[in-house]
Amino acid sequence: MILGRIKDVNACRLPTGGEIDRRRALSFTFDGRSYTGYQGDTLASALLANGVTLVGRSFKYHRPRGIFSAGPEEPNALVELRRGGRLEPNTRATMAELFHGLEATSQNRWPSLAFDAMELNDLAGRFLVAGFYYKTFMGFPGWHFYEKRIRAAAGMGRGTNEPDPDSYERMSAHCDVLVVGGGPSGLAAALTAGRSGARVILVEETNGLGGRLRSERETLDSAPAMRWVESVRAELESLPEVRILSRTTAFGYYDDNLIGAVERVADHIVAPAPHVPRQRLWHVRAARVVLATGAIERHIAFTNNDRPGVMLAGAARSYVNRFAVRPGRRAVVVANNDDGYRTALDLKAAGVDVIQVVDPRPPGTSDWRARCDAAGVETVDHAAVTKVHGRLAVIGCEVTRLDGSARSHFEPCDLVAVSGGWSPAVHLHTHALGGIEWNDGLAAFVPGMARQAHVSVGAARGIYGLSDCLTDGFKAGTDAAASAGFATGALPDTPTADAPAERPVRAFWSVGTGKRRFVDLQDDVTVDDIALAHREGFVSVEHLKRYTTLGMGTDQGKTSNIIGHALMAEARGEPIPQVGTTRFRPPYTPVAMGTFAGGDRRRHHTPVRRSAMHDWHADHGAVFVEAGHWLRPQYYLAPDEPDGKASMDAAITREVQSVRNAVGLVDVSTLGKIDIQGPDAGELLNRLYANGFKTLAIGKARYGLMLREDGIVHDDGTTTRLAENHYLMTTTTAHAGDVLAQIEWYLQVVWPDLKAHACSVTEQWSAMALAGPKARAVLADAVDDGTDVSDATLPFMGVTAARIADVPVRIFRISFSGELSYEVNAPADWGPRVWGALMASGQPYGIRPYGTEAMGILRIEKGHVTHAELDGRVTLDDAGMGRMASTKKCFVGSGMLNKPAYVNPARPKLVGLVPADGRTRIPAGSILVEDPDAALPMDKLGHVSSSAYLSPTVGHPIALGFVSGGLARKGETVWAVFPLRGLKIQVRVTEPVFVDPEGERLRG
Amino acid sequence: MILITCPHCGPRDQDEFSYAGDATKTRPADPASATAAEWHSYVYLRDNPAGPHLEFWHHIHGCRRFVKVLRDVTTHEVLACGGPDDPLETPR
Ligand SMILES: [Zn+2]
Repeated sequence: MILGRIKDVNACRLPTGGEIDRRRALSFTFDGRSYTGYQGDTLASALLANGVTLVGRSFKYHRPRGIFSAGPEEPNALVELRRGGRLEPNTRATMAELFHGLEATSQNRWPSLAFDAMELNDLAGRFLVAGFYYKTFMGFPGWHFYEKRIRAAAGMGRGTNEPDPDSYERMSAHCDVLVVGGGPSGLAAALTAGRSGARVILVEETNGLGGRLRSERETLDSAPAMRWVESVRAELESLPEVRILSRTTAFGYYDDNLIGAVERVADHIVAPAPHVPRQRLWHVRAARVVLATGAIERHIAFTNNDRPGVMLAGAARSYVNRFAVRPGRRAVVVANNDDGYRTALDLKAAGVDVIQVVDPRPPGTSDWRARCDAAGVETVDHAAVTKVHGRLAVIGCEVTRLDGSARSHFEPCDLVAVSGGWSPAVHLHTHALGGIEWNDGLAAFVPGMARQAHVSVGAARGIYGLSDCLTDGFKAGTDAAASAGFATGALPDTPTADAPAERPVRAFWSVGTGKRRFVDLQDDVTVDDIALAHREGFVSVEHLKRYTTLGMGTDQGKTSNIIGHALMAEARGEPIPQVGTTRFRPPYTPVAMGTFAGGDRRRHHTPVRRSAMHDWHADHGAVFVEAGHWLRPQYYLAPDEPDGKASMDAAITREVQSVRNAVGLVDVSTLGKIDIQGPDAGELLNRLYANGFKTLAIGKARYGLMLREDGIVHDDGTTTRLAENHYLMTTTTAHAGDVLAQIEWYLQVVWPDLKAHACSVTEQWSAMALAGPKARAVLADAVDDGTDVSDATLPFMGVTAARIADVPVRIFRISFSGELSYEVNAPADWGPRVWGALMASGQPYGIRPYGTEAMGILRIEKGHVTHAELDGRVTLDDAGMGRMASTKKCFVGSGMLNKPAYVNPARPKLVGLVPADGRTRIPAGSILVEDPDAALPMDKLGHVSSSAYLSPTVGHPIALGFVSGGLARKGETVWAVFPLRGLKIQVRVTEPVFVDPEGERLRG
Repeated sequence: MILITCPHCGPRDQDEFSYAGDATKTRPADPASATAAEWHSYVYLRDNPAGPHLEFWHHIHGCRRFVKVLRDVTTHEVLACGGPDDPLETPR
């Protein structure tokens, strides 16, 4: 990055004061221009120090916008921060800590910030009112046609398509007392809770403790209040059970006192140090929560109240006191509460020429008013600022008497500091389903009943005096620790604060009748939009929100929602509590998606499961395919064979042929294996499987079909009786988990009287199937000690124990391919040794490993179903296995078998399909229809479930599918259509078994 | 995320569990004599109360036991937990 030679201008920086470190100058750029700020600045304060007040363009009208706040509520000053993969749009300049080398870019402007062509939208503003988009563009050709264009014109920052180079991590923590907010109330609560010995976590959004005190000239016991903050921080840090998380935002309050928080570990530096995450997501489960989240100031809607130079009064105070920045030279303050007087005094103390405090309230007295009088600050009662002049910056404002006693007069100024009162930040309280109540005296919603174990303290519940906040915090911390079971001492004495008498706020939301009185600055919602919504009947606050987009920006209407709702209440002629407010939802402020993803990125998102033979496959040319979490060999390439379609077809063909003509070996370790033991294990299986299992002899395997209670096929597999009370069940790869869960369900909930236990042993066994006419010869050569594997000793569906290469194995004579086949199970880690021994024994017989593609073709040729057929919609009858269902017993699903829909003869049933022309491939997923050219919508007869593009055994493409009427259509032709690919293929219905229908090969 | 008190393991985060359905339904005790209407009710019919609801959660990442939970579905508040045979407090 080129920062060039830096001139330290800082024209608007005060010579002394503030939290900034003037010895540590930091260079940064904004829209490519270089500036200097200081350690302790935010991007916003550094820009203001350099006299930069125009920082962005508004969402809809592209109006020039400046810095409006000094905190997380900022609606205007949104910038793109950093670049490349680290570019982050819509970053609030008020929350971005300045660092050396920071790069920021204004957004939503073209070609430049000072001249934005889209500002024409502002002139066309009378057309772009609430609901305009919907009303105008919903007709032909439809919203979707216009949406892209509108979004291009009205927008936020740009994202990046580059991968995020940073890492993120997740932390879980438990504590007795979680305090959210490190302002005076939160510190007081953390202190008393911490002193009790409770485990306390204090979460503070900014980089330091003190909250509002950092922005005020408050005193405690006649000393600067920040000294008290320092002493509390020191004590908290000395307590072993207290943890302070700064730069951490508690963004959501979830069920059972779980708080989500994001810690910005490295956002205040140019890039994270090696092995340090950029951000950390905290899940904190707390026994008690103290919400000391403070309050958010709101503005007043007058014409052009969005111009750069209009700023919240409390923010103006933050800039002079905390950042030693003068946000203007000549200021007018407008406030419906005494806080405006405080701002006026602080601005004046900082050398700002404060022209007037404009107060909409009728004349009255307060200590603050008296202090202004004493300081020579002019005050105007019963008046308001009604209009701001200036476009790229404020050049003056009109002050109007509310009683009409005088004409408006123009005051030249470059800063309008506005306070419409304060709203307690009840967001987290309402996330936790806490109620809120309207307080007329405060003109604000305050927390009502809490539903979880939390309490709001200080400004978060409408207590604004410093002493009162401290007292409230001390008590809340003590109470929280006590209810978490800790002995607490007496409450500490509250330090004495300056406590001037104040006059109450006057509810005052908007003034005048002019245009461009903004309610929601981020979403460009005006007073007129609220009135229009009311006229058009969108009078509920939830409808108002959607219709006008009020509060739907990244700031979630922190400064604006209440104004909009109050204006709707006025329009409806009802009190505010009756009109209500929209519910706050997490997150409180935006959280990067990467933070939620944490370490779950790319391959880390889900585990990768590899069989024990994985390395062997990789060493022998396997091309892998994902099957659920598993990586399985799809096919094997010869050493000199390039991967590609032709090679793949050749590989699959030779693998199929080697199984049909000689012998092949396939890794089937992924099949689910469930060990079932107990005196009632047989009874359990008999109830679970649709076919009979009572008569299964020891040492024998049986194919079984399992239904769901609704009569649909759930899974299939073979189960072997290893001993009197010991069975081994296999499941398909996909259903291994839920079949076990189903067995556990029946054993624990439905038939708890059955004495049986089930346990997954999938990972404990390596499994491989040796298949082909020469399989027995290979096996006979491979087994140790000449174990007899002849047909007489080990017949079809027989099981035996043996040793191969000194490894104890179980050998099951079962077949998926339709060939003579043995499934060999070995203790997982010994799988590669057994695999190697079988490959070595098979060498003279031309053995070849085969992958999932060949396995799929072999089973399609044989008409064996898998999950492609048993897709959760298929009954036993549909799959052509209705005769397997036992009629002598009840089993899971038997109660539903006669459901009328299941016995409808028109149901699609399993069939084989071949192309009528003998060569066209039939893609799986094709729809079967009578006439492909019939008018839409046409009736469908069924679908293609599995397809072998080339059956090396049959010599042409084959497929399995379901067609209405099933084999009653045998010999008929129908059409397989795939409209997305423009395919129409005439197919003939056949038996679903293409190879060895009598099963002579597998019994051979 | 709610906390579920597994009778075997103690209070655990919802992440460790898998929802396992309505606990107010009982499988016909004698499947052979159960009517089609009884099966239909068991398989398909579910109430959707706005308030307390009896349900099963499977502690799949823990002890793998089924836990019966009485939970207010409007607030997510867990009112009681127990084993499959514990009656808990029946809703409404
Ligand atoms: Zn458990």
